[in-house]
Amino acid sequence: MSKVLIIGSGGAGLVSALSAHESGAEVIVASKTLPTRSQTSMAQGGMNAVLGSDDSIANHITDTLNSSAGLGDENRITFMCEKAPEAIAWCNYIGLPFSRDKEGQIARRRLGGASAPRACYAQDYTGLKLLHTLYDQCLKAGVTFKNERFLLNLIVDEEAKRVLGATFLHIETGEVEEIRADAVILATGGYGNLYGKHSTNSVQASGDGLAAAVRAGAKLADMEFIQFHPTALKGSSILISESARGAGGYLLNAHHERFTDELAPRDVVARAIHDEMAKSGAVFLDIRHLGEEFINHELPQERKLAQIYEEIDPVHELIPIKPSAHYSMGGIEVNAECMSSVKGLFAVGECANHKIHGANRLGGNSLLELVVYGRECGKNATEYGTKNPAPSAESMQLAKDTNFIRGVMYFTNQIDFYQKQEMLANIFYNNVGLVRDDMGLKAVLGAIRQMQKELPFMGPRDKSKICNTNLVEFIEFGNKVELAEIIVVSAISRVESRGAHYRIDAPVRNDRMFGAHTITWKEDGVLCADFMK
Amino acid sequence: MEISILRGEEAQSYNVELENVTLLTVLNHIKTKIDPTLTYSHGCRSGVCGSCAVRVNGREALMCEYKPSDGDLIEPIRNTRVIRDLVVDSGMVERFNCSANTWSEGSDKGNVSEEDASRIETQSDCILCTSCYSACPVYALNPNFIGPFALTRVWRYVNDTREESSNAKLAAVQTNGIWDCTLCGECVPVCPQNIAPKQDITMLRMKSVMMGYQDPNAAMAFGGGLNF
Repeated sequence: MSKVLIIGSGGAGLVSALSAHESGAEVIVASKTLPTRSQTSMAQGGMNAVLGSDDSIANHITDTLNSSAGLGDENRITFMCEKAPEAIAWCNYIGLPFSRDKEGQIARRRLGGASAPRACYAQDYTGLKLLHTLYDQCLKAGVTFKNERFLLNLIVDEEAKRVLGATFLHIETGEVEEIRADAVILATGGYGNLYGKHSTNSVQASGDGLAAAVRAGAKLADMEFIQFHPTALKGSSILISESARGAGGYLLNAHHERFTDELAPRDVVARAIHDEMAKSGAVFLDIRHLGEEFINHELPQERKLAQIYEEIDPVHELIPIKPSAHYSMGGIEVNAECMSSVKGLFAVGECANHKIHGANRLGGNSLLELVVYGRECGKNATEYGTKNPAPSAESMQLAKDTNFIRGVMYFTNQIDFYQKQEMLANIFYNNVGLVRDDMGLKAVLGAIRQMQKELPFMGPRDKSKICNTNLVEFIEFGNKVELAEIIVVSAISRVESRGAHYRIDAPVRNDRMFGAHTITWKEDGVLCADFMK
Repeated sequence: MEISILRGEEAQSYNVELENVTLLTVLNHIKTKIDPTLTYSHGCRSGVCGSCAVRVNGREALMCEYKPSDGDLIEPIRNTRVIRDLVVDSGMVERFNCSANTWSEGSDKGNVSEEDASRIETQSDCILCTSCYSACPVYALNPNFIGPFALTRVWRYVNDTREESSNAKLAAVQTNGIWDCTLCGECVPVCPQNIAPKQDITMLRMKSVMMGYQDPNAAMAFGGGLNF
C-alpha cells in the first residue's frame, strides 16, 4: 500500500487526502493548524462551473485564458473547465450546503471578468462551508491528522532527486520529527502574508511549502504575479468579497462619483482604484442601494466585518477600501500530473502553479482549481507511490533540522525580527505592489539581501521548548525572506507589464521577449532565473 | 488601557496605548512589541477560522471580534487542557465529531428548494471555535459528553434533505449525547455565528422520539422500579 503524506490541510490538502484515500493509499495529513482553521475558510465568492444552457464551457475557458494574459496553459484550463460541473456535483454529493435559486438549482453569481453568472456559492461562506464539508468527509474516511506540525524541510535523496518525506517541528512539544512517505503532496497555501497588514490573507500564509520546495531543489514559476484584491477594508485589509460588486455594488471616489467598470478583472479594477486614490484621495465601495435584506442574506460577513473594523454600517454608509495583496498566482512549478521537478513531490492549490491563472486569477477559479486538481493530485500521488515505493534511504535531514532548532535559540537577538517583518511588508506593498519600477524593486532587493545577512542576529527571544509561537513566527519570517528575494528577482527580470505585474517603466506587454514563464530555482544556494515556455 | 492575561497559574498585566481596536490587535501588539513569550492562536482575523476563542471576564469571545476595555481579564477556554497561556488542546473537535458521525453519507439528490437549503444555513455557519464547548457546564460532570458543536453538526446533517437516512446518526448520539444536555442554554449567547446548539439538541430529541428512542432520564423519573 502506497503511503502519501499531505502537508497542509486547507481545501487542496483535504481534497487530495480524500482522493488518495479513495485510490487506496494510506494517508497522513500534517498541518501547522487544525484543518478547519486554514485559509480556505476565508474564500467567499464561489466556485466557477457552467451548469446551465445560458452559459458555455467554451466561455469559461475563454474568460480564464483572457484573464491569464498569455500565461495560462490552454490544455490545463480546458481540462479544469470541462471538469467543473463534475466537481460541483461531487461537492453537492458530499454535502456542501450550496445556496439555491428559485428552481432549487445551485445558485450562481457573476464575478469580475466572467461573461456569465457562473460562481456557485454558499452565501458568502463558500470556502468555509467547503472546508468543513471536506473535513467531515476526511473524518468519515479515517484520514490520519497530525496537527500542530510545522514543516521544516523536505527529505530528499539528492542523487536520485527524489522526495522521501519531510521534517516537522511539533509545535506543542518542541520536538523535531520526520514523516517518511512514498509520495508527498504540498498543499501549504500561498505567500500573501509577506505583505503583512496590506494583505487580506491569514497570518498563516507565509509560503512555508514553497520555501521548503525551493530548498529541496524544486522549481518555482511566475513568482512575481501576486493578485491584489480591489476591495479590502482600508484600515485592516480585511476582504470585502467580489460578490458585493457582482451583486451591483459601486466603486466611488472621494467625490462620490463612479470611475471604473466594477466588474472588470481584478488587476484592472485594482489599478483603477490605485490611480483614483492617488488622484482624489479615497475610494469607497457603495452597497447601500442593495438594501438591508439582501445584505443580511447574501453578504452577512461583510456587514459584520465593516462594523467591527471600520465602524461603519454598509447598509447606510460607504465602505472605505483599498486594494490588498490577496492571491499568489506564482507557485511550485508542476506538470500536468501535478508533480514538481523533484520526483515524488506533488503540489496543489495556491502553493502550486498549474498555469491555470497565469498572470491574473479570475474570482471563483481558485476553489474550482483545488477541487479539480486536488482530486487529480491525490490519485496521481497514490499511483506514483505504488509504482515507486520510496527506498528507506538514510538521510541527515532530521539531524540537521534538530540541530537547527537547538541552534536557533542561540541566535543573538540584537535585531528584532518583528520590526524587520513589518518593514518588509511595507516596502513590498509600496515597491512590489500594484505598480512597480526597476529602481524601487532594486531597492527592495538590497533590503532583502541585508535581511538575509542579519538573520543570525535576529532569532526567537522566547526560549520555551513547549508551544513556542515566537520560534514558529521566526522560521516563517525566514521563509518569507527566502521567497521575497525570488519574487523581486522575478519582478526585476520581467521588464514588461502583464496581468498583475505592472511596470510603470515598461507599461506595455511584450510577448516577444517575455511571453513565457519566469522559472526560478536554487543551485548550491544560489538563485537562478530563466524564462521558459 | 490595562488588560490581564491568565498565563498558567497567574495573571499577567499589560499596559497598552491602543484604543478602539480588537483584542487580537492588542495581543499582536504585546507579542511583537512588549513580550514575545505571550502565546495564543490566531489566523484569519475576520471571524471565520475559529482559532482565537478565549474567555473575557468569564465569557467566551473571539479575539478578532471583541474590543477590549480597561481591566479586562483574558483566560483560555475551559474544559480542555491548557498547552500554554491561551493555547489549548483542541483534540475534542476530531474526537466528538467522529463519535457523533458528523458527515454526509453521500447523496445524488441534485435539486434542493431554497426553503430546504435555508434549514441548514445557520448550522453550517459553524467555525468550530469551540466557544460553546467551553461554556457548557455538563463537561464538569461528563467529559465524554458529545456536546454542543458536534450535536449542532449532527442536526445539520440530519436536517439536510439530501441525506437519505439519519438512523445511524441518531443512534450515535443517544449515549453521552442529546439526553445528557441540561438545556441550560449557556452555549447559545457565546456563539459568534448566532447558532443555538440548545435548539438543535431539542430538535434532535424530538426526531429521536419520533424514531422510537426514549429519554433515559424520563424512564429514571419513574424511579426505575417498574420492572415488568
